[in-house]
Amino acid sequence: MTSPSHAAPRSGAGADRLFGLVTAGAAWLVLILLGAAAASMAWGGRLAFETFGWSFVTSSDWDAVAGKFGALVPIYGTLVTSLLALIIAVPVSIGIALFLTDIAPRWLRGPVGMAIELLAAIPSIIYGMWGLFVFAPFMAAHVEPWLNDRLGPLPVVGALFTGPPIGIGLLTAGLVLGIMIIPFISAVARDVFNAVPTSLKEAAVALGSTRWEILSRVTLPYTRSAIIGAIFLGLGRALGETMAVTFVLGNAHDLTPSLLMPSNSIAAAIANEFAEADGELYRSSLIALAFLLFVVTFLVLTAARLMLMRLGRTHGRTN
Amino acid sequence: MPLRRKLADLLALLFAGAATLFGLTWLIWILWTTLSRGAAALSPALFTEMTPPPGSTGGLLNAFYGSAVMVLLALAIGTPVGIAAGTYLAEHGRHSRLAAAVSFINDILLSAPSIVIGLFVYELVVRPSGHFSGFAGALALAMILLPIVVRTTDESLRLVPNQMREAAFALGLPAWRVTSRIIYKAALSGIVTGILLGLARIAGETAPLLFTALNNQFWSASIAQPLANVPVVIFQYAMSPYDEWHALAWAGALVLTLFVLGLNLIVRFFARKGSQ
Repeated sequence: MTSPSHAAPRSGAGADRLFGLVTAGAAWLVLILLGAAAASMAWGGRLAFETFGWSFVTSSDWDAVAGKFGALVPIYGTLVTSLLALIIAVPVSIGIALFLTDIAPRWLRGPVGMAIELLAAIPSIIYGMWGLFVFAPFMAAHVEPWLNDRLGPLPVVGALFTGPPIGIGLLTAGLVLGIMIIPFISAVARDVFNAVPTSLKEAAVALGSTRWEILSRVTLPYTRSAIIGAIFLGLGRALGETMAVTFVLGNAHDLTPSLLMPSNSIAAAIANEFAEADGELYRSSLIALAFLLFVVTFLVLTAARLMLMRLGRTHGRTN
Repeated sequence: MPLRRKLADLLALLFAGAATLFGLTWLIWILWTTLSRGAAALSPALFTEMTPPPGSTGGLLNAFYGSAVMVLLALAIGTPVGIAAGTYLAEHGRHSRLAAAVSFINDILLSAPSIVIGLFVYELVVRPSGHFSGFAGALALAMILLPIVVRTTDESLRLVPNQMREAAFALGLPAWRVTSRIIYKAALSGIVTGILLGLARIAGETAPLLFTALNNQFWSASIAQPLANVPVVIFQYAMSPYDEWHALAWAGALVLTLFVLGLNLIVRFFARKGSQ
């Protein structure tokens, strides 16, 4: 392993230094960018944090006219929709990864894998339009009345499924988010499934294991940390996703236990309200929300990266 | 006992197949919706007329123009910086602590919420300058593009065999010539692939433009002014109550989807061919 910079010959040393400085400067810029974004959000949101203190995250009173900003509803909506997205995307993604690594005939793996990856290439605004004009009406007509009838009367969980079936709300947003993060989780899962040493799988086959037993007792335990990393990666994406959620969540500032009711998320609140936010406090409150979102996604994505590195392979695709 | 094991196996296989079908169903459903509704709204006026006021017909010419300008400007800003940083990670700083930190942070930036980037540029450019502008939009897009280019440049450079570097150094070339004349050439297709995938990504980005470029109903060629762009026009028109605007939004969505998916398919096709 020769490092190029160590072998620099005498001639052109000045140009070499310059080239090294320029590339190092660009690398620094990446670090500075992240730090500056975080600092600028913290600075822009300081007025809201100073004014409201903890009640900024514990109060659900969001009233632009009265100048009161409690962000509990967007925070709650962000967490609930992301959780719903994970509930849908995690099992489906693992199923897809299993299909692409062990089940599908070889000629089918490439095209199907590429089709799933294309889900990640569709711009989120297209998801949003489809969600608003096609999927939400579909939910309102076919899925939500059924949930109303079947699950609504149940004790405890019933409260999640009551309310008018209007299609716009937490459940629809969570579903759309789930579809959007499937390609991210399944791509990493497929890569790490492929990285399981063949000898391990062959040993399991030699012992008479079925494919399900290989998955549940060899593949998943071997890749556990990377799969958790992939899930965190999907979670990071879901938390910050903006446009699709903005279309189907309904921009309501009421705290509701029902998944069928309109709500809000941090990203959607910013997208809907920032351009029209008049007054320093209003704008500062939205920037403070962005700061919280940034910090949380940073932590989640850091955890994802650390988990993925534990397998010793950082080649999982991330975009 | 064997029956139960067989049954569990069968269920797992069925589930994996069903999960894949589930994923593909959404892709087909979304594409079909975009194609059918977009095709119904397509007309030559789409590319020759400006965005209309509510209740009348028009096109998206100014939006296409604004998007093209901002995306190209973002490429002009983001690509050189991204290639330089990627070069540092793979070549000049390969084993340094800075490279490890940048590589880590870059991966996080790849998935960072784009709306926060938009707000950051708002605070950085729009608020000090006092108005929304196409330049601010391009800057936000460049920040989204940057980590993509860094990552793919880094990966492509690492694929270049070390013997090539050693051979070049043995000829007495200075390091910067080795990188710029030999290593870049060997890694060119990978770097270009990354740039094109980044282009596909930023072409559809909406959230970072909402508070930077904003929108402009009229023709404006100046990047110092608010600039119309396809994603934000789609957003505003789709959220409006007017049928004419909905139709235009679908037409714009169709063009955008065809562009983004087409670029993805072409790039992946050639990347696969090149790797064989």
